[in-house]
Formats: sequence, C-alpha cells, structure tokens
Amino acid sequence: MKIRGKVWKFGDDVNTDVIIPARYLRTFDSSVWPQHVMEGIDPEFSKKVQPGDIIVAGRNFGCGSSREQAALAIKLAGIAAVVAESFGWIFFRNAINNGLPAVECPGISKAVETGDLIEIDLEKGVVSTPRGILQIKPYPVFMREILAHGGLVEYFKRKIRGD
Amino acid sequence: MARSCRRSVSPGEYVEASVDLAMFHELTGPLTLKVLRKLGSDKPWDREKLVIVLDHQVPADTVKTAELHKELRIYARRWGIPYFYDVGRHGIAHQLLVEEGFVQPGMLIVGADSHTCTAGALGAFATGVGSTDMAAVVATGKIWLRVPESMKIMVDGELPKGVYAKDVVLHVIGEIGADGATYMAVEFHGSTIESMSISDRLTICNMAVEMGAKTGMVNPDARTLEYLRSIGCELRYPVLRSDDNAHYAEELHIDASKLEPVVACPHRVDNVKAVAEVEGTPVDQVFIGSCTNGRIEDLRVAAKILKGRKVAEGTRLIVIPASQRVLKEALREELIDIFVDAGGVVCNPNCGPCLGGHMGVLADGEVAISTSNRNFIGRMGSPKSEVYLASPATAAASAVEGRITDPRRYLP
Repeated sequence: MKIRGKVWKFGDDVNTDVIIPARYLRTFDSSVWPQHVMEGIDPEFSKKVQPGDIIVAGRNFGCGSSREQAALAIKLAGIAAVVAESFGWIFFRNAINNGLPAVECPGISKAVETGDLIEIDLEKGVVSTPRGILQIKPYPVFMREILAHGGLVEYFKRKIRGD
Repeated sequence: MARSCRRSVSPGEYVEASVDLAMFHELTGPLTLKVLRKLGSDKPWDREKLVIVLDHQVPADTVKTAELHKELRIYARRWGIPYFYDVGRHGIAHQLLVEEGFVQPGMLIVGADSHTCTAGALGAFATGVGSTDMAAVVATGKIWLRVPESMKIMVDGELPKGVYAKDVVLHVIGEIGADGATYMAVEFHGSTIESMSISDRLTICNMAVEMGAKTGMVNPDARTLEYLRSIGCELRYPVLRSDDNAHYAEELHIDASKLEPVVACPHRVDNVKAVAEVEGTPVDQVFIGSCTNGRIEDLRVAAKILKGRKVAEGTRLIVIPASQRVLKEALREELIDIFVDAGGVVCNPNCGPCLGGHMGVLADGEVAISTSNRNFIGRMGSPKSEVYLASPATAAASAVEGRITDPRRYLP
C-alpha cells in the first residue's frame, strides 16, 4: 500500500483532548467528530484539511484519553495516514483498528514541513520525503492484515470468523 | 500476562490473552456496541465478566447524554448484565471496580477508558483500550497485546509533611516525561510505596498512563490482601508478584524524603514545578475529586485543611466524591459539612469537570487547580483556560487563599 499526500505538521505529545475535545463525545453521530478535528490546536484545521492529506507529528502522538473518536475524527476528515516519531499506544491501536495507518517513523518530524509532499510505502517500509528516505518501524503481520482489511471489523469477520 | 496466555511470554512478543474483566462507560460504550453490531451480534462473551458504568456525566446533563445512558441501560437489561451501575449505584468506574471487589491480584482487566491502569495498585494487569478493541473483547473475551517491557520505579524513604502520593507521581512524570514509559508496564517499588495505603497506591497507578505506560502496578502484599479481606473479596486468581531477579528495561530511583509539594503546570502533565515556584498564582476554581484523588482518604486530607476556614472570595471550590460509597462515608464523617461550611459546592459522584463535561466547566482565561490527572488545553472547558494539577492538600490550601498555596503552612 502506497500513500501519497500533503503534510500537516504538528509537534510532540499531541493528546486526544486536543484532537477531539470531550464536549463533542456526547453523540452517536460520527459526522460531528471530523468537523472538530485538531480543534484544540488549530480551530481552522477541519476547514483547511483535504482528503488524502497526511498528519506528521513528533513524539507520543495521541497520548491521553482512550477515546476512539480521536482516531475516527482524523480518519473521517479524510486524512490518509498519521506519521509520527512515536504514538500514545491506545491511539495507535485505535488507528489501526479503524484502518488508519499510524506509521512510526523515527526522524520524520525533522525531515518534513507543512505543505511537503511525502509518500509512504507500507510494503517497502519507507517514507519518501523531500529531504530523503526514512525507514518505518515494521508492523507485525496481523496488524498489516488488519490495515489491509480496512480495520478490525472486516478483519475479524473475514479472517477470524471466515465470513 | 503469561497466566492469561497459559504459556511463558517475553517482552516485544504479540500475544492473544484471555480477559478476566471488561468495563466500559457511557462515553465509550455506545461506540463499542455499534462496532459489536457490525460484527454481527452484541451478545457479551460472558455477562459475569462485564461491568458497565455510568460515570462521566451523571445524572445526564443533556438530552444527548441521556440517550447514551439509555442505550447502555437497554443493553444491560436485554442481556441481563448483573453488573450495570446505573444512576444512584454509580461512581467513577476505576473507583467502583476496586471498592466493589472486582479487582484482584493476578487478573487481566481491560477497560474502555485510559485510566483503567488504576487497578494495577492491587496487583492486576489493567489497561485501557478504545471502543473497537473493547468490542472484540466483549465478543470473544480475548485481546491481542504486545507484551510490554517493564520499568521499575523505586521510591524509598519517608514522605515529608505536606507531600502525598500525588506529589510522588507528578514528580516521577516530571522526571521521565509524558512519554517516558511509552508502551511499558511500570512497577512501583520501594519502602515508600510499601507503606502507602491502597488509596495512595491507586493515585499513583492511576497516573501511569500520563507517562505513556500501558499499566502501572504495585506488587500485592499483606496490605493488599488485608484490604481485599476488609471488603469481603475472596481471592479467585493466583497472587502474582514480580520476580526478585526480574529484568527491567529501565530503572528510576527516588528519595521520597527529599520531595516537596508540586504542581503540574499548564498545559502538560510533565510540566512539574515545586509549589514554591508558582505560589501566589490566583485561582478561579479549585476541584477536589476524580479517579485520581476522589477517595475518602483524599477528602479527609482536604477537610482537615478546610475545617473552620472559608474559601477565599472570588474562588470557587467544587468537591466531588468518587463514588456513592465515598459520598456516604464522607457524610458519616461529617466532611461534607466542612466543605459546605467553607463555602464549597459538593456535587454527586461522577467525573465532573475533570474532562470539561459539566459541574464546573472553565470560562476563557480562568485558572483552576485540580486534583485530577490531565491539564491539557481545553481539558476542563475553554481552550483559553488553564489547569494546574496538585494533591488534595495543595488544592485545599489554595482554596483558602484563592492562590496556589503551599499546604505545609496549613498542616500541624
């Protein structure tokens, strides 16, 4: 799987409260979440972001609360992947489980700026940036399969239950 | 973790583990049920191992919250879930799981809430997950986990006057950073931890996730077993302790006798400073409560300082016991009288303003000092408000002065 897109860059320790503030969790309507994605850092972000764009961040992206609405807000806003130095581990699972590639890529935050075009090649395990090629921390096989199925629900139905 | 996989395991390995207890609440449960239905059925794998709690906005504060509560209520009734904690029986999930005797040493506990790690204080491996993971657990009773590396945090020595468990854990987070223990299981050892009450250990383990950890744990000891006996809990799992010669990826040593009262300053939990450095900062609101510091022991410390005193003019004090049981005990000990006489507001048990839900949401430019666990931008309301995290003693002393205050001046 190759993902090519324009970068929106954020810093270290972006927590799930700023990705989607708790006041928007009180709903069954998932269309609410992408309208407020990253609102705690940049209130205009949901208006600026285009489908296929990529979030790049520093260390510990998605730390804090377990709210899966954070991964969903990013995914439903059309963001194709999040590439970070490291992730808050609950967010990392939530992203993979929803078919949103969370890509651990040491060095990425120094290699790119907002507006750069990058390409993630999940098979080869590399991210190509205007300032060179960086290695991705590889996924274990089952996680690659979850992503290939678009998330845990389809993976579970087809692979585990054999639908 | 090896027990839950029925074989030996090593760090870095991915395993499928059997879950002993699962929990979700009204902010994560409805999404869990939605995913379950996509999987084909929302029938729980074992209704005796599922705890459902209303705790974030209780009683319902909006129609939307009421709908979320209703969804879980109907689900619990439909499947005959015996452990559904509805309004009136409720409390913050992490407190309820402990005081109702669901948590025991040796268990694997998974909750759809990041502060599930609190239960590690009794020697369980307890961790928070999102709603899709929770759906898979409710469907199958199993979860995939990466066996974490372990970090050992040794805390030795006697805590000085005015320094509490909250100060210890904030100090640790300040030292190692918000990602200092990412993906790891943190074990708290040492004489300070051994002499701590269960309540204090819960405070410490509660904040393990704020250093990025998968869980925080304290080895079960005589005090743990005595506590479990006192609440009438019969041990059903092997009481596991870490091996004496265990290998740790990282170790940290702290001399508790050198610590002083601290606060985590806006907007990072690892932005930890001595109270002395920020003393005098005016506060609009003081919040004493949450899964971190809403237990009876916390309320006693706060009440001792507030007894016979008044909350400063221009400052609001909000006290929220962590559960109905804590509220009842606080009533019995007449602590609630002390808070009300001081000019504080006492709300019914739930998460309250900790995550900006209700019962004391902050306006633009307001500053709060809070005994909760997160001070992220907008966490307690307006993105333009500021939150300092502190112990119940520091919070109570600050309420009296209307400014961030060193609690030692108010202690005998």
